Amino acid sequence: MIRALGWVLRRDLLLAFRRRGDVVNALVFFVIVVSLFPLGVGPEASQLRNMAPGVLWVAALLACMLSLARLFAPDHQDGTLEQMLLAGEPLVVLVMGKVISHWLVSGLPLVLMAPLLGLQFDLPGDALAVLCLSLLLGTPVLSLIGAVGAALTLGVRGSGVLVALLVLPLYVPVLIFGAGSVGATAAGTGAEAHLLLLGGFLALALVLAPWASAAALRIAME
Amino acid sequence: MSKSERFSWFRFSSPQTFYPLAGTLQPWFAAAATLLCAAGLYISFFVAPTDAQQGEAYRIIFIHVPAAWMSMFLYLVMGFWSGVGLVLNTRLSSMVATALAPTGALFTFIALWTGALWGKPTWGTWWVWDARLTSELILLFLYIGFMALQAAIDDQRRADKAGAVLALVGVINIPIIYFSVKWWSTLHQGASVSMKSAPSMATTMLIGMLVMALGFWMYSIAAVLARVRCVILERERHTEWVMEEVGGQA
Repeated sequence: MIRALGWVLRRDLLLAFRRRGDVVNALVFFVIVVSLFPLGVGPEASQLRNMAPGVLWVAALLACMLSLARLFAPDHQDGTLEQMLLAGEPLVVLVMGKVISHWLVSGLPLVLMAPLLGLQFDLPGDALAVLCLSLLLGTPVLSLIGAVGAALTLGVRGSGVLVALLVLPLYVPVLIFGAGSVGATAAGTGAEAHLLLLGGFLALALVLAPWASAAALRIAME
Repeated sequence: MSKSERFSWFRFSSPQTFYPLAGTLQPWFAAAATLLCAAGLYISFFVAPTDAQQGEAYRIIFIHVPAAWMSMFLYLVMGFWSGVGLVLNTRLSSMVATALAPTGALFTFIALWTGALWGKPTWGTWWVWDARLTSELILLFLYIGFMALQAAIDDQRRADKAGAVLALVGVINIPIIYFSVKWWSTLHQGASVSMKSAPSMATTMLIGMLVMALGFWMYSIAAVLARVRCVILERERHTEWVMEEVGGQA
């Protein structure tokens, strides 16, 4: 089972590496969206500092959601997914591998890019660290929940918009505590509670989401 | 439970036997809904006393609160029937879940709308990012997502099952969303406006609200039964009994 996980992971990472453009696009999207906000609301530093956690987190949410289309759809089109369903390994493990690779490809770059963008918004050092930490805990949850949405809308008309409709309301708790942790650090109240809750979400999503995604994939491929 | 009793329960899980049963029950629930809503509205507008602090404007809560109750309860019912449909593979359960969604969304919308109407005179603003308002808004998004997903999938069985998985994911998430939003709003709000402004309620007010809630229950059941009948006819249109049913009436 662990080996199957490793193989799926390797394969998806290799595929992503061969099509680097897709990965970079999502990251550039993140940067552009975040950079648009100061242009929209004005360059005042204090205002930007207040907005920064929310803006960065919402942008991360959107960037993560946009890349969900790559999670199952290409494999669905070329028939790989069908073979995965027929394989002897449990589907949950294969889904898990795909989710992990999705996070490595689209979540982790956001985490690494976020401090730079945070600097643009004049965030202090400790807030930057918490921002990174909260994204590190939160983006895997986004990938996990997003996988359910992506599996449900597989091969469906207008799936791009539909997946946003399904997944974004479910992202609300992550957004609240992710952005909240940075805000709490900036306000000086400490971010432990927020980060612990994010960790709790991650644990819960890790347990439940792969099963839901696997069930949804089975339904989609029936 | 005796064997014959159990048999009789599953007998109505077939669309063919449920269709006439729903047709028989539906007018009764509709009549009960009309009576209870009329009684509830009478109590709330003419019997219940004027609130000392909020004046006449408070009377909108007689619609607002029962609608909010129903909106949350119907999502749970939808999740329940989705789960039953997924586990037991009964078509009727999925049809009921499909039929519940628009009614649930309607009540969510009513709750939000009346909440805004109540908020303007009481809080002085149409919309506040209060925990209950926000989670109600997200509930509306969840309902819309469920309906959109089912509408987007052409294959009926897949639409049922995909909707069921989504509804169950939503049911797990609702408490999480609710508490997140609650903590979020307590973190953010300085001068908090809470709905606890009416701590002790006059008995007539409570009765009015309960009667309205019962009326909304009856309306929900009647509306869902009527909608389920339409769904059954539409999906079973290739079967003989539907041909006879429709042909007989035409």
